[in-house]
Amino acid sequence: MSDKKRIITLPTRKLIDADGRDGCGECQTSCQSACKTSCGVANQQCEQERD
Amino acid sequence: MVHQYKLNGYNIVLDVDSGSIHLVDDLVYEIVSLYEKSDRDGIVHALSDRFDHDDIRSALDDVQELVDQQKLFSRADYAARLFDGSRSGASVESQSKEQYSLIESPSCPYGDLATSYRKDNDIIKALCLNVAHTCNLDCSYCFAGQGKYKGEQALMSLETGKKAIDFLIECSGSRRNLEVDFFGGEPLLNWQMVKEVVAYARSIEKETGKHFRFTLTTNGILIDDNVIEFTNKEMHNVVLSLDGRPHVHDRFRVDIGGKGSYARIVPKFLELVRRRNRGTYYVRGTYTHLNTDFLNDILHMLDLGFREISMEPVVCRPEEPYALTDEDIPIIKAQYEKLAEEMLRREREGDPFEFYHFMIDLEHGPCIYKRITGCGAGTEYLAVTPSGDLYPCHQLVDDPSFKIGTLDDGVTELDLQNEFRKCNVFARDACRDCWAKLYCAGGCAANAFHMSGSLLGTDKFGCELFKKRIECAIMIKVAKAVASTT
Repeated sequence: MSDKKRIITLPTRKLIDADGRDGCGECQTSCQSACKTSCGVANQQCEQERD
Repeated sequence: MVHQYKLNGYNIVLDVDSGSIHLVDDLVYEIVSLYEKSDRDGIVHALSDRFDHDDIRSALDDVQELVDQQKLFSRADYAARLFDGSRSGASVESQSKEQYSLIESPSCPYGDLATSYRKDNDIIKALCLNVAHTCNLDCSYCFAGQGKYKGEQALMSLETGKKAIDFLIECSGSRRNLEVDFFGGEPLLNWQMVKEVVAYARSIEKETGKHFRFTLTTNGILIDDNVIEFTNKEMHNVVLSLDGRPHVHDRFRVDIGGKGSYARIVPKFLELVRRRNRGTYYVRGTYTHLNTDFLNDILHMLDLGFREISMEPVVCRPEEPYALTDEDIPIIKAQYEKLAEEMLRREREGDPFEFYHFMIDLEHGPCIYKRITGCGAGTEYLAVTPSGDLYPCHQLVDDPSFKIGTLDDGVTELDLQNEFRKCNVFARDACRDCWAKLYCAGGCAANAFHMSGSLLGTDKFGCELFKKRIECAIMIKVAKAVASTT
Protein backbone atom coordinates (compact mmCIF):
# COMPACT_ATOMS: atom_id res chain seq x y z
CA MET A 1 0.00 0.00 0.00
CA SER A 2 1.51 3.32 -1.02
CA ASP A 3 1.09 6.12 1.47
CA LYS A 4 0.94 9.81 0.64
CA LYS A 5 0.15 12.60 2.97
CA ARG A 6 -3.45 12.91 1.99
CA ILE A 7 -3.95 9.81 -0.11
CA ILE A 8 -3.62 6.10 0.55
CA THR A 9 -3.57 4.02 -2.63
CA LEU A 10 -4.46 0.36 -2.30
CA PRO A 11 -2.48 -2.23 -4.24
CA THR A 12 -4.51 -3.34 -7.24
CA ARG A 13 -3.89 -5.34 -10.35
CA LYS A 14 -2.71 -3.15 -13.21
CA LEU A 15 -5.22 -3.07 -16.02
CA ILE A 16 -3.48 -0.56 -18.25
CA ASP A 17 -0.25 -2.51 -18.47
CA ALA A 18 -1.93 -5.74 -19.30
CA ASP A 19 0.76 -8.25 -20.12
CA GLY A 20 0.80 -10.91 -22.77
CA ARG A 21 -0.60 -13.59 -20.51
CA ASP A 22 -3.96 -11.90 -20.13
CA GLY A 23 -7.00 -13.51 -21.66
CA CYS A 24 -5.91 -17.14 -21.18
CA GLY A 25 -9.49 -18.11 -20.30
CA GLU A 26 -8.56 -20.58 -17.56
CA CYS A 27 -10.42 -18.71 -14.82
CA GLN A 28 -13.79 -19.64 -13.46
CA THR A 29 -16.87 -18.99 -15.56
CA SER A 30 -18.71 -16.11 -13.98
CA CYS A 31 -21.91 -17.84 -12.97
CA GLN A 32 -20.47 -21.23 -12.15
CA SER A 33 -20.22 -20.63 -8.47
CA ALA A 34 -22.40 -19.56 -5.62
CA CYS A 35 -24.83 -17.34 -7.38
CA LYS A 36 -26.61 -18.73 -10.43
CA THR A 37 -28.97 -15.76 -10.52
CA SER A 38 -26.66 -12.77 -10.66
CA CYS A 39 -23.07 -12.45 -11.61
CA GLY A 40 -20.01 -10.31 -11.49
CA VAL A 41 -16.34 -10.97 -12.03
CA ALA A 42 -14.66 -8.98 -9.31
CA ASN A 43 -14.44 -11.88 -6.90
CA GLN A 44 -12.80 -14.29 -9.29
CA GLN A 45 -9.15 -15.18 -9.08
CA CYS A 46 -6.79 -15.12 -12.01
CA GLU A 47 -5.50 -18.62 -12.69
CA GLN A 48 -2.22 -17.19 -13.92
CA GLU A 49 -1.65 -15.66 -10.52
CA ARG A 50 -2.77 -18.83 -8.81
CA ASP A 51 -0.32 -20.92 -10.79
CA MET B 1 -13.82 7.76 -15.39
CA VAL B 2 -13.77 8.36 -11.65
CA HIS B 3 -16.31 7.25 -9.06
CA GLN B 4 -16.14 8.70 -5.57
CA TYR B 5 -18.25 7.90 -2.53
CA LYS B 6 -18.30 8.12 1.24
CA LEU B 7 -19.04 5.04 3.29
CA ASN B 8 -18.49 4.07 6.90
CA GLY B 9 -16.39 7.19 7.45
CA TYR B 10 -14.09 6.64 4.47
CA ASN B 11 -13.69 8.90 1.41
CA ILE B 12 -13.10 6.48 -1.44
CA VAL B 13 -12.07 7.32 -5.00
CA LEU B 14 -12.09 4.70 -7.76
CA ASP B 15 -10.27 5.27 -11.02
CA VAL B 16 -12.27 2.97 -13.25
CA ASP B 17 -10.00 2.48 -16.25
CA SER B 18 -6.84 1.76 -14.28
CA GLY B 19 -8.60 -0.09 -11.48
CA SER B 20 -6.88 2.11 -8.90
CA ILE B 21 -8.49 2.66 -5.51
CA HIS B 22 -7.63 5.59 -3.27
CA LEU B 23 -8.59 6.52 0.27
CA VAL B 24 -8.42 10.29 0.48
CA ASP B 25 -8.95 13.07 2.99
CA ASP B 26 -11.77 15.61 2.74
CA LEU B 27 -9.74 18.13 0.77
CA VAL B 28 -8.60 15.69 -1.91
CA TYR B 29 -12.14 14.35 -2.12
CA GLU B 30 -13.36 17.86 -2.94
CA ILE B 31 -10.55 18.44 -5.43
CA VAL B 32 -11.34 15.21 -7.27
CA SER B 33 -14.97 16.25 -7.60
CA LEU B 34 -13.87 19.55 -9.20
CA TYR B 35 -10.86 18.34 -11.18
CA GLU B 36 -12.49 17.96 -14.58
CA LYS B 37 -14.74 20.98 -14.20
CA SER B 38 -12.24 23.64 -13.29
CA ASP B 39 -8.60 24.65 -13.66
CA ARG B 40 -6.10 24.86 -10.80
CA ASP B 41 -6.88 28.46 -9.89
CA GLY B 42 -10.58 27.80 -10.11
CA ILE B 43 -10.30 24.88 -7.69
CA VAL B 44 -8.26 26.95 -5.24
CA HIS B 45 -10.86 29.68 -5.42
CA ALA B 46 -13.79 27.30 -5.02
CA LEU B 47 -12.33 25.69 -1.90
CA SER B 48 -10.64 28.67 -0.31
CA ASP B 49 -13.49 29.39 2.07
CA ARG B 50 -13.07 26.00 3.72
CA PHE B 51 -9.41 25.09 3.29
CA ASP B 52 -6.04 26.81 3.57
CA HIS B 53 -4.56 27.98 0.24
CA ASP B 54 -1.26 26.21 0.76
CA ASP B 55 -3.04 23.01 1.71
CA ILE B 56 -5.15 23.16 -1.43
CA ARG B 57 -2.10 23.67 -3.64
CA SER B 58 -0.24 20.85 -1.92
CA ALA B 59 -3.20 18.52 -2.33
CA LEU B 60 -3.53 19.55 -5.96
CA ASP B 61 0.08 18.48 -6.47
CA ASP B 62 -0.70 15.09 -4.93
CA VAL B 63 -3.70 14.66 -7.20
CA GLN B 64 -1.68 15.68 -10.25
CA GLU B 65 0.96 13.10 -9.36
CA LEU B 66 -1.65 10.36 -9.45
CA VAL B 67 -2.97 11.69 -12.74
CA ASP B 68 0.54 11.62 -14.19
CA GLN B 69 0.91 8.03 -13.01
CA GLN B 70 -2.35 7.12 -14.74
CA LYS B 71 -3.93 6.20 -11.43
CA LEU B 72 -6.52 8.94 -11.51
CA PHE B 73 -8.59 10.22 -14.43
CA SER B 74 -6.76 7.66 -16.51
CA ARG B 75 -7.80 6.89 -20.06
CA ALA B 76 -8.18 3.37 -21.29
CA ASP B 77 -5.37 3.70 -23.77
CA TYR B 78 -4.46 0.07 -23.19
CA ALA B 79 -7.08 -0.71 -25.82
CA ALA B 80 -4.57 0.04 -28.55
CA ARG B 81 -2.16 -2.48 -27.14
CA LEU B 82 -4.83 -5.09 -26.71
CA PHE B 83 -6.01 -4.47 -30.25
CA ASP B 84 -2.64 -4.89 -31.86
CA GLY B 85 -2.62 -8.62 -31.36
CA SER B 86 0.18 -8.60 -28.84
CA ARG B 87 -1.79 -10.85 -26.52
CA SER B 88 -0.47 -14.35 -26.66
CA GLY B 89 -2.41 -17.02 -28.47
CA ALA B 90 -4.72 -14.77 -30.41
CA SER B 91 -4.62 -12.44 -33.32
CA VAL B 92 -7.24 -9.91 -32.50
CA GLU B 93 -5.99 -7.60 -35.17
CA SER B 94 -6.85 -9.93 -38.01
CA GLN B 95 -10.53 -10.20 -37.41
CA SER B 96 -12.36 -7.60 -35.53
CA LYS B 97 -14.13 -4.67 -37.01
CA GLU B 98 -15.03 -5.77 -40.50
CA GLN B 99 -15.91 -9.35 -39.83
CA TYR B 100 -17.55 -8.90 -36.48
CA SER B 101 -18.69 -5.32 -36.45
CA LEU B 102 -21.52 -6.21 -34.13
CA ILE B 103 -21.20 -3.31 -31.83
CA GLU B 104 -21.23 0.30 -32.84
CA SER B 105 -19.05 1.86 -30.23
CA PRO B 106 -16.79 4.39 -31.92
CA SER B 107 -15.86 5.99 -28.63
CA CYS B 108 -15.16 2.71 -26.99
CA PRO B 109 -13.12 0.17 -28.92
CA TYR B 110 -13.42 -2.46 -26.23
CA GLY B 111 -16.78 -3.48 -27.61
CA ASP B 112 -15.13 -4.84 -30.73
CA LEU B 113 -12.33 -6.25 -28.66
CA ALA B 114 -14.72 -8.13 -26.43
CA THR B 115 -16.71 -9.49 -29.34
CA SER B 116 -13.65 -10.54 -31.29
CA TYR B 117 -12.20 -12.17 -28.20
CA ARG B 118 -15.27 -14.34 -27.90
CA LYS B 119 -15.01 -15.26 -31.58
CA ASP B 120 -11.31 -15.78 -31.32
CA ASN B 121 -11.81 -18.18 -28.46
CA ASP B 122 -14.83 -20.06 -29.70
CA ILE B 123 -14.57 -22.79 -27.13
CA ILE B 124 -16.74 -24.15 -24.36
CA LYS B 125 -15.28 -24.71 -20.92
CA ALA B 126 -18.22 -24.94 -18.54
CA LEU B 127 -21.48 -26.87 -18.47
CA CYS B 128 -24.41 -26.70 -16.14
CA LEU B 129 -25.86 -30.20 -16.15
CA ASN B 130 -29.54 -30.16 -15.30
CA VAL B 131 -29.42 -33.76 -14.18
CA ALA B 132 -32.91 -33.73 -12.70
CA HIS B 133 -35.84 -31.73 -14.02
CA THR B 134 -37.77 -32.59 -10.94
CA CYS B 135 -37.61 -31.67 -7.28
CA ASN B 136 -38.59 -32.99 -3.88
CA LEU B 137 -39.46 -29.48 -2.73
CA ASP B 138 -42.16 -27.18 -4.05
CA CYS B 139 -40.70 -23.70 -3.61
CA SER B 140 -43.10 -21.24 -5.23
CA TYR B 141 -40.39 -18.67 -5.92
CA CYS B 142 -38.20 -21.09 -7.90
CA PHE B 143 -37.13 -19.67 -11.27
CA ALA B 144 -36.90 -23.27 -12.47
CA GLY B 145 -40.61 -23.86 -11.86
CA GLN B 146 -40.16 -26.50 -9.16
CA GLY B 147 -37.39 -28.02 -11.24
CA LYS B 148 -39.44 -28.71 -14.36
CA TYR B 149 -38.64 -25.51 -16.28
CA LYS B 150 -42.22 -25.45 -17.65
CA GLY B 151 -41.66 -28.92 -19.12
CA GLU B 152 -42.04 -32.51 -18.07
CA GLN B 153 -40.29 -34.20 -15.19
CA ALA B 154 -37.11 -35.89 -16.37
CA LEU B 155 -33.83 -37.35 -15.20
CA MET B 156 -30.64 -37.21 -17.23
CA SER B 157 -29.38 -40.65 -18.21
CA LEU B 158 -25.82 -41.79 -17.55
CA GLU B 159 -25.31 -42.02 -21.30
CA THR B 160 -26.26 -38.36 -21.72
CA GLY B 161 -24.11 -37.33 -18.78
CA LYS B 162 -21.07 -39.05 -20.24
CA LYS B 163 -21.85 -37.54 -23.62
CA ALA B 164 -21.83 -34.12 -21.99
CA ILE B 165 -18.38 -34.76 -20.55
CA ASP B 166 -17.09 -35.88 -23.95
CA PHE B 167 -18.71 -32.83 -25.58
CA LEU B 168 -17.06 -30.50 -23.10
CA ILE B 169 -13.64 -32.02 -23.62
CA GLU B 170 -14.03 -31.91 -27.38
CA CYS B 171 -15.11 -28.25 -27.39
CA SER B 172 -12.64 -26.99 -24.81
CA GLY B 173 -9.65 -26.57 -27.07
CA SER B 174 -6.54 -25.75 -25.09
CA ARG B 175 -8.39 -24.97 -21.87
CA ARG B 176 -7.28 -27.19 -19.02
CA ASN B 177 -9.69 -26.21 -16.27
CA LEU B 178 -13.23 -27.35 -17.05
CA GLU B 179 -16.25 -26.76 -14.86
CA VAL B 180 -19.33 -28.91 -14.44
CA ASP B 181 -22.18 -27.94 -12.17
CA PHE B 182 -24.71 -30.56 -11.14
CA PHE B 183 -27.92 -28.62 -11.03
CA GLY B 184 -31.64 -29.15 -11.29
CA GLY B 185 -34.29 -29.36 -10.03
CA GLU B 186 -32.69 -31.32 -7.29
CA PRO B 187 -29.58 -33.19 -8.47
CA LEU B 188 -29.58 -35.62 -5.55
CA LEU B 189 -32.68 -37.18 -7.11
CA ASN B 190 -30.24 -38.50 -9.73
CA TRP B 191 -27.32 -39.08 -7.39
CA GLN B 192 -26.07 -42.41 -8.71
CA MET B 193 -25.80 -40.89 -12.18
CA VAL B 194 -23.90 -37.88 -10.76
CA LYS B 195 -21.38 -40.17 -9.08
CA GLU B 196 -20.86 -42.20 -12.22
CA VAL B 197 -20.42 -39.10 -14.39
CA VAL B 198 -17.81 -37.77 -11.96
CA ALA B 199 -16.00 -41.12 -11.99
CA TYR B 200 -16.07 -41.14 -15.79
CA ALA B 201 -14.67 -37.62 -16.02
CA ARG B 202 -11.94 -38.37 -13.50
CA SER B 203 -11.00 -41.52 -15.40
CA ILE B 204 -10.15 -39.57 -18.55
CA GLU B 205 -8.62 -36.45 -16.97
CA LYS B 206 -5.06 -37.65 -17.41
CA GLU B 207 -5.32 -38.86 -20.99
CA THR B 208 -7.13 -35.70 -22.08
CA GLY B 209 -5.01 -33.28 -20.08
CA LYS B 210 -8.06 -31.74 -18.47
CA HIS B 211 -8.89 -30.86 -14.89
CA PHE B 212 -12.52 -30.96 -13.84
CA ARG B 213 -13.99 -28.78 -11.13
CA PHE B 214 -17.39 -30.02 -10.04
CA THR B 215 -20.04 -28.10 -8.16
CA LEU B 216 -23.16 -29.50 -6.54
CA THR B 217 -26.17 -27.31 -5.80
CA THR B 218 -28.65 -28.99 -3.48
CA ASN B 219 -31.68 -28.36 -1.27
CA GLY B 220 -30.28 -30.88 1.20
CA ILE B 221 -33.28 -33.15 1.66
CA LEU B 222 -31.47 -36.27 0.43
CA ILE B 223 -28.08 -35.58 1.97
CA ASP B 224 -26.76 -38.64 3.81
CA ASP B 225 -23.35 -40.01 4.77
CA ASN B 226 -22.74 -41.26 1.25
CA VAL B 227 -23.53 -37.87 -0.27
CA ILE B 228 -21.36 -36.06 2.27
CA GLU B 229 -18.40 -38.36 1.74
CA PHE B 230 -18.54 -38.23 -2.05
CA THR B 231 -19.29 -34.52 -2.24
CA ASN B 232 -16.48 -33.54 0.08
CA LYS B 233 -14.07 -35.71 -1.89
CA GLU B 234 -15.04 -34.74 -5.41
CA MET B 235 -16.90 -31.42 -5.47
CA HIS B 236 -14.75 -28.32 -5.80
CA ASN B 237 -17.67 -26.33 -4.45
CA VAL B 238 -21.01 -27.18 -2.90
CA VAL B 239 -23.96 -24.80 -2.75
CA LEU B 240 -26.45 -25.44 0.04
CA SER B 241 -29.82 -23.74 -0.24
CA LEU B 242 -30.92 -22.16 3.02
CA ASP B 243 -32.87 -18.91 3.26
CA GLY B 244 -32.06 -18.08 6.86
CA ARG B 245 -34.38 -17.93 9.85
CA PRO B 246 -36.81 -20.88 10.17
CA HIS B 247 -39.93 -18.85 9.38
CA VAL B 248 -38.24 -17.22 6.38
CA HIS B 249 -36.90 -20.49 5.01
CA ASP B 250 -40.16 -22.37 5.53
CA ARG B 251 -42.23 -19.66 3.89
CA PHE B 252 -41.13 -20.84 0.45
CA ARG B 253 -38.97 -23.91 0.82
CA VAL B 254 -41.67 -26.48 1.49
CA ASP B 255 -42.24 -30.05 0.37
CA ILE B 256 -45.06 -31.23 -1.86
CA GLY B 257 -47.31 -31.43 1.20
CA GLY B 258 -46.55 -27.84 2.12
CA LYS B 259 -44.35 -28.68 5.10
CA GLY B 260 -41.26 -26.56 5.66
CA SER B 261 -37.85 -28.15 5.13
CA TYR B 262 -35.70 -26.13 7.58
CA ALA B 263 -35.62 -28.70 10.37
CA ARG B 264 -34.75 -31.52 8.00
CA ILE B 265 -31.90 -29.86 6.14
CA VAL B 266 -30.01 -27.73 8.65
CA PRO B 267 -28.51 -30.66 10.60
CA LYS B 268 -27.43 -32.22 7.30
CA PHE B 269 -25.82 -29.01 6.07
CA LEU B 270 -23.99 -28.63 9.36
CA GLU B 271 -22.65 -32.16 9.17
CA LEU B 272 -21.55 -31.75 5.56
CA VAL B 273 -19.73 -28.51 6.36
CA ARG B 274 -18.19 -29.97 9.53
CA ARG B 275 -16.64 -32.77 7.49
CA ARG B 276 -15.60 -30.59 4.57
CA ASN B 277 -12.18 -29.73 5.98
CA ARG B 278 -12.10 -26.16 4.79
CA GLY B 279 -13.24 -27.02 1.28
CA THR B 280 -15.23 -24.34 -0.45
CA TYR B 281 -18.96 -24.26 0.20
CA TYR B 282 -21.68 -21.65 0.24
CA VAL B 283 -24.83 -21.58 2.23
CA ARG B 284 -26.93 -19.75 -0.29
CA GLY B 285 -30.14 -17.94 0.50
CA THR B 286 -32.71 -16.00 -1.47
CA TYR B 287 -34.28 -12.86 -0.08
CA THR B 288 -37.56 -11.42 -1.26
CA HIS B 289 -39.85 -8.46 -0.62
CA LEU B 290 -41.02 -10.36 2.45
CA ASN B 291 -37.62 -10.38 4.17
CA THR B 292 -35.81 -7.22 3.18
CA ASP B 293 -34.28 -7.43 6.66
CA PHE B 294 -32.18 -10.30 5.30
CA LEU B 295 -29.22 -9.30 7.45
CA ASN B 296 -31.07 -11.10 10.22
CA ASP B 297 -31.08 -14.23 8.09
CA ILE B 298 -27.35 -13.97 7.53
CA LEU B 299 -26.83 -13.49 11.26
CA HIS B 300 -28.93 -16.58 11.84
CA MET B 301 -26.72 -18.57 9.44
CA LEU B 302 -23.70 -17.35 11.39
CA ASP B 303 -25.31 -18.37 14.66
CA LEU B 304 -25.80 -21.84 13.20
CA GLY B 305 -22.05 -22.00 12.53
CA PHE B 306 -21.81 -21.36 8.80
CA ARG B 307 -19.04 -19.04 7.67
CA GLU B 308 -19.33 -18.97 3.86
CA ILE B 309 -22.57 -17.33 2.91
CA SER B 310 -24.31 -16.06 -0.19
CA MET B 311 -27.64 -14.25 -0.20
CA GLU B 312 -29.30 -13.37 -3.48
CA PRO B 313 -32.24 -11.21 -4.47
CA VAL B 314 -35.16 -13.25 -5.76
CA VAL B 315 -35.54 -13.55 -9.54
CA CYS B 316 -39.21 -13.55 -10.46
CA ARG B 317 -41.97 -11.75 -12.34
CA PRO B 318 -42.59 -8.26 -10.94
CA GLU B 319 -46.27 -9.01 -10.33
CA GLU B 320 -45.45 -11.68 -7.76
CA PRO B 321 -46.32 -10.58 -4.21
CA TYR B 322 -42.82 -11.42 -3.04
CA ALA B 323 -41.08 -9.55 -5.88
CA LEU B 324 -38.69 -6.85 -4.76
CA THR B 325 -39.93 -3.31 -5.41
CA ASP B 326 -38.30 0.03 -6.07
CA GLU B 327 -39.27 1.03 -2.55
CA ASP B 328 -37.20 -1.87 -1.24
CA ILE B 329 -33.98 -0.60 -2.82
CA PRO B 330 -32.93 1.88 -0.09
CA ILE B 331 -33.80 -0.69 2.56
CA ILE B 332 -31.69 -3.35 0.85
CA LYS B 333 -28.78 -0.95 0.37
CA ALA B 334 -28.85 -0.14 4.07
CA GLN B 335 -28.81 -3.87 4.83
CA TYR B 336 -25.68 -4.32 2.73
CA GLU B 337 -23.99 -1.44 4.54
CA LYS B 338 -24.84 -2.93 7.93
CA LEU B 339 -23.62 -6.31 6.74
CA ALA B 340 -20.28 -4.79 5.72
CA GLU B 341 -19.91 -3.17 9.13
CA GLU B 342 -20.77 -6.49 10.80
CA MET B 343 -18.12 -8.27 8.72
CA LEU B 344 -15.48 -5.78 9.81
CA ARG B 345 -16.55 -6.04 13.43
CA ARG B 346 -16.32 -9.84 13.42
CA GLU B 347 -12.99 -9.69 11.60
CA ARG B 348 -11.61 -7.45 14.34
CA GLU B 349 -12.91 -9.87 16.96
CA GLY B 350 -11.21 -12.83 15.27
CA ASP B 351 -14.34 -14.53 13.95
CA PRO B 352 -14.45 -13.58 10.25
CA PHE B 353 -16.86 -14.88 7.65
CA GLU B 354 -17.21 -14.65 3.89
CA PHE B 355 -20.11 -13.09 2.03
CA TYR B 356 -19.97 -14.11 -1.60
CA HIS B 357 -20.97 -10.75 -3.04
CA PHE B 358 -18.45 -8.84 -0.96
CA MET B 359 -15.56 -10.99 -2.11
CA ILE B 360 -13.28 -8.96 -4.32
CA ASP B 361 -9.74 -9.76 -5.33
CA LEU B 362 -7.96 -6.49 -6.03
CA GLU B 363 -4.42 -7.76 -6.62
CA HIS B 364 -5.01 -11.14 -8.24
CA GLY B 365 -8.44 -10.65 -9.73
CA PRO B 366 -9.56 -10.97 -13.31
CA CYS B 367 -7.66 -9.53 -16.27
CA ILE B 368 -9.11 -6.94 -18.59
CA TYR B 369 -10.43 -9.59 -20.98
CA LYS B 370 -12.46 -11.22 -18.25
CA ARG B 371 -13.75 -7.82 -17.19
CA ILE B 372 -15.07 -6.83 -20.57
CA THR B 373 -16.33 -10.04 -22.14
CA GLY B 374 -19.26 -10.79 -19.90
CA CYS B 375 -20.45 -13.95 -18.22
CA GLY B 376 -19.84 -16.30 -21.14
CA ALA B 377 -23.42 -17.59 -21.40
CA GLY B 378 -24.03 -19.09 -24.81
CA THR B 379 -20.35 -19.10 -25.67
CA GLU B 380 -18.01 -20.63 -23.11
CA TYR B 381 -20.85 -21.69 -20.83
CA LEU B 382 -23.91 -23.78 -21.71
CA ALA B 383 -26.70 -25.54 -19.83
CA VAL B 384 -27.64 -29.12 -20.73
CA THR B 385 -31.16 -30.50 -20.22
CA PRO B 386 -31.86 -34.13 -19.26
CA SER B 387 -32.53 -34.95 -22.92
CA GLY B 388 -29.23 -33.42 -24.06
CA ASP B 389 -30.51 -30.13 -25.45
CA LEU B 390 -28.19 -27.15 -25.10
CA TYR B 391 -29.22 -23.74 -23.80
CA PRO B 392 -27.10 -20.61 -23.34
CA CYS B 393 -27.79 -20.47 -19.62
CA HIS B 394 -29.62 -22.40 -16.92
CA GLN B 395 -31.93 -19.44 -16.41
CA LEU B 396 -33.21 -19.71 -19.98
CA VAL B 397 -33.92 -23.43 -20.10
CA ASP B 398 -37.65 -22.82 -19.66
CA ASP B 399 -37.90 -21.01 -23.02
CA PRO B 400 -37.65 -23.28 -26.10
CA SER B 401 -36.78 -20.29 -28.29
CA PHE B 402 -33.40 -20.26 -26.56
CA LYS B 403 -32.52 -23.83 -27.47
CA ILE B 404 -29.12 -23.39 -29.07
CA GLY B 405 -28.23 -26.96 -30.07
CA THR B 406 -27.86 -30.50 -28.80
CA LEU B 407 -25.06 -32.66 -27.46
CA ASP B 408 -25.27 -34.72 -30.66
CA ASP B 409 -25.12 -31.82 -33.10
CA GLY B 410 -23.32 -29.18 -31.04
CA VAL B 411 -24.29 -25.52 -31.23
CA THR B 412 -26.46 -25.18 -34.33
CA GLU B 413 -28.23 -21.85 -33.74
CA LEU B 414 -25.30 -19.69 -34.67
CA ASP B 415 -27.32 -16.49 -35.00
CA LEU B 416 -28.57 -16.96 -31.47
CA GLN B 417 -25.05 -17.68 -30.25
CA ASN B 418 -23.91 -14.47 -31.89
CA GLU B 419 -26.52 -12.58 -29.89
CA PHE B 420 -24.88 -13.88 -26.73
CA ARG B 421 -21.43 -13.20 -28.08
CA LYS B 422 -22.45 -9.57 -28.26
CA CYS B 423 -23.39 -9.54 -24.59
CA ASN B 424 -20.38 -7.73 -23.22
CA VAL B 425 -19.79 -4.76 -21.08
CA PHE B 426 -19.83 -2.28 -23.95
CA ALA B 427 -22.87 -3.62 -25.74
CA ARG B 428 -25.33 -2.12 -23.29
CA ASP B 429 -25.87 1.60 -23.35
CA ALA B 430 -26.32 1.68 -19.58
CA CYS B 431 -22.95 0.02 -19.07
CA ARG B 432 -20.83 2.35 -21.14
CA ASP B 433 -20.93 5.19 -18.65
CA CYS B 434 -21.20 3.03 -15.54
CA TRP B 435 -18.34 3.09 -13.07
CA ALA B 436 -18.96 -0.52 -12.07
CA LYS B 437 -18.66 -2.06 -15.52
CA LEU B 438 -15.23 -3.55 -14.99
CA TYR B 439 -16.44 -5.20 -11.80
CA CYS B 440 -19.59 -6.78 -13.25
CA ALA B 441 -18.58 -7.34 -16.90
CA GLY B 442 -22.06 -6.40 -18.05
CA GLY B 443 -24.05 -8.45 -15.61
CA CYS B 444 -26.46 -11.31 -16.17
CA ALA B 445 -27.86 -11.64 -19.70
CA ALA B 446 -30.79 -13.72 -18.51
CA ASN B 447 -31.77 -11.17 -15.89
CA ALA B 448 -31.46 -8.42 -18.49
CA PHE B 449 -33.72 -10.37 -20.83
CA HIS B 450 -36.31 -11.10 -18.18
CA MET B 451 -36.39 -7.50 -16.96
CA SER B 452 -36.20 -5.66 -20.27
CA GLY B 453 -37.15 -8.16 -22.98
CA SER B 454 -33.72 -7.87 -24.58
CA LEU B 455 -30.41 -9.61 -23.98
CA LEU B 456 -28.82 -6.23 -24.45
CA GLY B 457 -31.22 -4.54 -22.08
CA THR B 458 -30.51 -3.78 -18.47
CA ASP B 459 -31.69 -5.16 -15.18
CA LYS B 460 -31.73 -1.74 -13.54
CA PHE B 461 -32.78 -3.15 -10.21
CA GLY B 462 -29.94 -5.66 -10.23
CA CYS B 463 -27.48 -2.96 -11.28
CA GLU B 464 -28.43 -0.75 -8.35
CA LEU B 465 -27.82 -3.56 -5.90
CA PHE B 466 -24.62 -4.68 -7.58
CA LYS B 467 -23.11 -1.22 -7.36
CA LYS B 468 -23.92 -0.98 -3.68
CA ARG B 469 -22.35 -4.39 -3.05
CA ILE B 470 -19.15 -3.37 -4.83
CA GLU B 471 -19.00 -0.11 -2.88
CA CYS B 472 -19.30 -2.13 0.32
CA ALA B 473 -16.73 -4.70 -0.81
CA ILE B 474 -14.18 -2.00 -1.62
CA MET B 475 -14.90 -0.18 1.62
CA ILE B 476 -14.08 -3.39 3.49
CA LYS B 477 -10.77 -3.61 1.63
CA VAL B 478 -10.02 0.00 2.48
CA ALA B 479 -10.86 -0.53 6.14
CA LYS B 480 -8.61 -3.58 6.32
CA ALA B 481 -5.78 -1.70 4.62
CA VAL B 482 -6.07 1.09 7.16
CA ALA B 483 -6.21 -1.38 10.03
CA SER B 484 -3.06 -3.09 8.78
CA THR B 485 -1.10 0.15 8.99
CA THR B 486 -2.18 1.14 12.49
